[in-house]
Amino acid sequence: MSDDNTPSYAPNAYGASDGAMVDPAAMLRSIGKTETSAEGGRMAENIMHFARVLRQAGLPVGPGKVLQALNAVEAVGLGSRKDFYWALHAVFVNRRDQREIFDQAFHFFWRNPNLLEKMMGMLLPTLTQEEDPAPPPKEEMSRRVAEALAGEKQGEEEDQAGEADEEALEFDATLTFSREEILSDKDFEKMSSAELEQARAAIRRLTLPLRQLPTRRFQPHPAGRRVDMRATLRQAARSGGDLSMLKRRKRRRRPPPLVLMCDISGSMDRYARMLLHFMHALTNDRDRVHTFLFGTRLTNITRYLRYKDPDAAIDMVSQGVDDWSGGTRIGASLHDFNRDWSRRVLGQGAVCILITDGLDREGAQGVAEEMERLHKSCRRLIWLNPLLRYEAYEPKAAGARAIIRHVDEFRAVHNLSSLHQLAAALGQESAADKAQMAKWRRLAA
Amino acid sequence: MTSALPHTVDDVVTLLSDGDYVADRSLATALFLALELKRPLFLEGEAGVGKTEIAKVLSKTLGRDLIRLQCYEGLDVSSAVYEWNYARQMLEIKLAEASGETSRESLESHLFSERFLIERPILRALQPSASGGAPILLIDELDRTDEPFEAFLLEVLSDFQVTVPELGTITAPEPPIVVLTSNRTREIHDAIKRRCFYYWVDYPDAERELDILKVKAPNAPVDLSKQIVGFVQKIRSLDLFKQPGVAETIDWAQALTQLNQLSLDPQTINDTLGALLKYQDDIAKIRGSEAARILDEVNTELAKTAAA
Repeated sequence: MSDDNTPSYAPNAYGASDGAMVDPAAMLRSIGKTETSAEGGRMAENIMHFARVLRQAGLPVGPGKVLQALNAVEAVGLGSRKDFYWALHAVFVNRRDQREIFDQAFHFFWRNPNLLEKMMGMLLPTLTQEEDPAPPPKEEMSRRVAEALAGEKQGEEEDQAGEADEEALEFDATLTFSREEILSDKDFEKMSSAELEQARAAIRRLTLPLRQLPTRRFQPHPAGRRVDMRATLRQAARSGGDLSMLKRRKRRRRPPPLVLMCDISGSMDRYARMLLHFMHALTNDRDRVHTFLFGTRLTNITRYLRYKDPDAAIDMVSQGVDDWSGGTRIGASLHDFNRDWSRRVLGQGAVCILITDGLDREGAQGVAEEMERLHKSCRRLIWLNPLLRYEAYEPKAAGARAIIRHVDEFRAVHNLSSLHQLAAALGQESAADKAQMAKWRRLAA
Repeated sequence: MTSALPHTVDDVVTLLSDGDYVADRSLATALFLALELKRPLFLEGEAGVGKTEIAKVLSKTLGRDLIRLQCYEGLDVSSAVYEWNYARQMLEIKLAEASGETSRESLESHLFSERFLIERPILRALQPSASGGAPILLIDELDRTDEPFEAFLLEVLSDFQVTVPELGTITAPEPPIVVLTSNRTREIHDAIKRRCFYYWVDYPDAERELDILKVKAPNAPVDLSKQIVGFVQKIRSLDLFKQPGVAETIDWAQALTQLNQLSLDPQTINDTLGALLKYQDDIAKIRGSEAARILDEVNTELAKTAAA
């Protein structure tokens, strides 16, 4: 590579300076350690402002980083804009995906800081598309707030709540209560509180007791199989050299990482919302959970679901995902997952749960290959299918056929009782499950 | 023999090329900052782009000891930092018994003194090495270990000290040069990254990869090297499960040189593709007509640049 090593995403990096360009080298030369001139102050100030810009753009930049950046810039003692760039880069950038944001901000800012302030309004939406810390403005009063304000007097809505109560006993197969449920704009904010409460209460009680796995770490335990030499000797020293009491330890256990992938295409529409609550409950129940949604493309929603408040979380999800109720491209979505994420989230023996009805728009193109790769990369692959609510369901669709061959377990997910069964079943692995799987594979063949 | 640390970014570039490492100036800048400001350098990137090699080259050119800590799941303090020598401790207790030593306090402080401490890589890195100068500590593939160990590293990385409960805090007189690498099989916590200078090691572009081959596979004919680099660069733009790294390029060049190949042809590519691609799906995708097509493209482009 030539010495003029410019990142490919920055065609104008270190470009010829124009009149307005601030020359960092010139500014730096004026910062002596003892000098306290206005110029020197300005460099520190500029770096501080630059840090602020980065922070607004979503980079985790604290005050410590500003000091670090000043030191770095001083150390590089740059004669060149490029060294200045890479010095700041080494300090402010923490992750690969931040590089582009940094690059854009750098070139805007160090050309003319004032210009940037003016452009902030225009620049920020493009910079913050990934991560927008500001909560969305609540312009409409949410239905729940409205209900709360309206108190007890309700006409139509009360009917619905009544219906909901009735249905809650059986929990209708579609998992929905209201009549105008075919929401086209997917505004989850507008769930009625009765409805939400039902679902929430049920799901809150639900935990997924995945069998805990032994790790390679130990904890003290009186009946452990290994001798804890360190604790034994410490006790021996304390009691004046008596080695008769052995301290023991055993392997610590923890649940495996969990990866959830949920289909949100049109055919899964009626389940997606309830399943989001399910996924939210799982995400906040334990560490090491990664959640993905897919329709026509794959979206990682783990970060959104970290919000403790399910409403806030699901609101973020509905904004962050834009292929609701569209078609399904299972093969392509799994391909994206395998290529971009599998190595990062399946690394430590993860259990993978795939929620889909197996109806694929593209005739199951590539599904079998990608399922095979996925199956080989995770500890256990579980397929949850809402269509299993029909007694006579057979995995005959092309997509379903491709999937069933590569899963360890196949279960229903259409109502609360099926979720409960799932929870119970994941706790153990029985011979009955294996026979069941063999039956499904025969049906698909 | 320990040589002095470089004082400018240019020195670092020279240093790396002395160690047969062809580096971007951006990497040299990050490395310079790490050396100058005595902070760890955090290198992230795909497998086989030369992350670990940087620490090795530093050790060679600076003439300092390289202490390597390979991370794995369940790596704990007793294999990474220190361990008490239990056998000697037990012997000591027996000796104390035999000599009629009864004072508990003196026995306890005696048993847990430095005499009975076994140093593991991190603790060793905090001591000045025999060759003089602080050693280089390479913490390799940090993403393979788990969060508890990461948390433990925080003290080491920010203050270059470890705390042994029975002994107190051990601080390095001179901070070691720390290089951490990660393949990004999981995200490392921000608290670690915050204490380091970060650099993403990318695949090199064609020109630099050719430079690397000149240094690392000097016996390969120039035309063959050009074809190899062109082919690999093309393959990286395809949708593969695992793209070939620089290490694979070098392997392949060396393999082809061993086979006395003067230039690439489709048959040879098919036979040796296993040196470049490590997943059966990827090999199946490239082998045969696709390989021939890419080779055609590469040859056309090479002919064009030769004519120009």
